[in-house]
Amino acid sequence: MSDAFPENLRYTAEHEWIDDASPATVGITANAAEALGDIVYLELPEVGAQLTAGDVFGEIESTKSVSELYAPVTGTVVEINQDAVDSPETVGSDPYGAGWLVKVDVTETGPTLSAEEYQASIGA
Amino acid sequence: MSEQTPDPTAAQTDGAPTTDAAAEGRRSPLHDEHVALGATLTNFGGWQMPLRYESDLAEHRAVRAAAGLFDLSHMGEIEVSGPQAAAALDYALVGNLSAVGVGRARYTMICADDGSVLDDLVVYRPAPESFSVVANAGNAERVLAELRDRVEGFDATVVDHSASTALIAVQGPRAAEIVVGLTAPEAADVVRDMKYYSGTFVEVAGVGTFVARTGYTGEDGFELFVPAEVAPEVWRTVLEAGRPLGLVPAGLSARDSLRLEAGMPLYGNELDETVTPYAAGLGRVVKLDKVADDGSPLDFVGRAALEARRHSAPARVLVGLKGLGRRPARSGHDVVLPGKDAPIGHVTSGAPSPTLGCPIAMAYVTPELSAEGTELAVDVRGRQEPFVVVPLRFYTRPQD
Repeated sequence: MSDAFPENLRYTAEHEWIDDASPATVGITANAAEALGDIVYLELPEVGAQLTAGDVFGEIESTKSVSELYAPVTGTVVEINQDAVDSPETVGSDPYGAGWLVKVDVTETGPTLSAEEYQASIGA
Repeated sequence: MSEQTPDPTAAQTDGAPTTDAAAEGRRSPLHDEHVALGATLTNFGGWQMPLRYESDLAEHRAVRAAAGLFDLSHMGEIEVSGPQAAAALDYALVGNLSAVGVGRARYTMICADDGSVLDDLVVYRPAPESFSVVANAGNAERVLAELRDRVEGFDATVVDHSASTALIAVQGPRAAEIVVGLTAPEAADVVRDMKYYSGTFVEVAGVGTFVARTGYTGEDGFELFVPAEVAPEVWRTVLEAGRPLGLVPAGLSARDSLRLEAGMPLYGNELDETVTPYAAGLGRVVKLDKVADDGSPLDFVGRAALEARRHSAPARVLVGLKGLGRRPARSGHDVVLPGKDAPIGHVTSGAPSPTLGCPIAMAYVTPELSAEGTELAVDVRGRQEPFVVVPLRFYTRPQD
């Protein structure tokens, strides 16, 4: 996968990505999507929900397993990707594009990794 | 993101994660084929086996619509042969194996003295004095040891062929077309006309093969027992011949969702040493009426315990659950009455059903809440999801 770890994004050790826009968009990495397999269920917080960096903000479930989603930053959810909730397979097929999860008004950043550091952390 | 529930097929062995890096264990004779096909490997029953090649869902759907090719070489193949092979198995297993016709197969179980299930098995009888016992990978060594122990005193021999045997399954509505097409012309009719749960020796793809019309997917299909050293060639030949008909290689993930839809138990989930065949709704495999030549009841391991349990209600019984919401229940989740906290059962297998489009599960629940239509709930990570009791077989293939 050539675009497995876009350089313009920051990453968490728990396999989320976040961009530097305002509000910031959050998703899961291609590596995580690949490991999950076919994604069948996605649960996201409501617009207005408060996220805390490092805390669980949703869950993502594939045919074989379920994982919790961890907030890379602290802030307020200003938009959720309802299309991805309705068609969770989008998260697997286009994790950095149509498969984004939430947009967050960031009040405080959390610990993140560069693309290179993230790759190193997963042994890619 | 962190994984909360490891893949259940892995969890039943040692909970090992499912990534390539963590896959350890014995390698199938088809290992290189799987790697070449880009499979994600998982540890299952002490073996490194393909979890999926590309997509669980696509593989599942291919088996329902066309055909899937599975490597089952992790299963144990144990031969019991000799003049008293049938009698020995009548004693060792709960079924009536001496009543199995030559060329036929039987689903049966090996139980402990207390009636608990040590493994569920398919036993083939390729010749009058030869039986092939196919055991689950994780139980194969135990079954082998038990069989060796139990046939003592009978004129019968136990030989483990697991290491030298590869098992390749072709499953799905196009399976017969694919396998028949690879059979020598004079044997094509034999294979085409094979009954379900029968097996015979024929050449497939030029290799002497024990072909059985058995499977674990709810579809028509064949299982090919071939010598390990020629297995890669057979695998490639079948795959090449079947591709134009929609055959795809399919992993354990699809196998698990297929068997769940078909209502078939998985040892380690629905069956283990804490349940009897009766609790699992499989009392029919226990043949308490099997008799010796002189008409006296035939003793077998577990008989006394099973006879005593036959009419007493088990504490929990196995049911099918169909989800009314979208969140699937998973193995280990508590079953409750809607709005209540006290568990009245537990989920043994659960997944989103690709065919039905809703969550399905198998669960042990108290008998008084096991009636079809009973509204229950499953505690899915702290939040209740509504489920209703349905017959265990969620999917029945269309008959032609």
